Amino acid sequence: MNNIIGYTFVVLGLMFDIIGCIGLIRLPDVYNRLQATTKCVTMGTCSILFGTLIIKGFTATGLKAFLCILFLLLTAPVAAHALSRGAHISGVKLWDKSVCDKYEEDK
Amino acid sequence: MSNMLTSRNIISGLFILALLVALFVASASPITSLLDWQSPFLSRCFFILMVSFAMCLFRLMRGPTPADRAVAIDTMGILIVGFCAILSISTGRGWYLDIAIAWALQSFIGALALAKYLEGRGFDE
Repeated sequence: MNNIIGYTFVVLGLMFDIIGCIGLIRLPDVYNRLQATTKCVTMGTCSILFGTLIIKGFTATGLKAFLCILFLLLTAPVAAHALSRGAHISGVKLWDKSVCDKYEEDK
Repeated sequence: MSNMLTSRNIISGLFILALLVALFVASASPITSLLDWQSPFLSRCFFILMVSFAMCLFRLMRGPTPADRAVAIDTMGILIVGFCAILSISTGRGWYLDIAIAWALQSFIGALALAKYLEGRGFDE
């Protein structure tokens, strides 16, 4: 039973991973691509690691997977925010159908 | 936002889901014969991660700006953590997750360094 639930989480994470990478190819803009690939972290890879935790139980391997989930949830949004801020400062234009740019207005 | 659920969007979403199922079914023979794994399910999962990795490599080659390439490198680091988790389930060895934790740390520091490079600042500010 644990195996079935764990493998379900693994497949869910794989779906989010590959849909995020389709978005990385398909979307028109740096900011839109970053918005697609951040789901690849928090739902995709964290779901695969959560499936590992459920399959292995509370052994050493499962606790390592739990630590990795905590670390990814803490650091991945910070990295994505820093990347988008760096892209905006380096002068990457928005897509021409984008609606508003609050960061530019605040400067 | 009222036109989110038009028939075109629903049809394209169903198309992507059908593509995923077809990829999952069709990817049995190349990887299982290549790596000789015991579980065909996990080898298919590995193949799907390899396909998404190839998409990241495409964006790394084609990206019009340096920021696109930085985003692709960050995503590739995250996908390698997923590779390590699936290898750890498949082989039953715990130390693959040690590699995963170390790679997550390295990917985070690399993304911050790339962001500072994009802002045009030096590394000691």
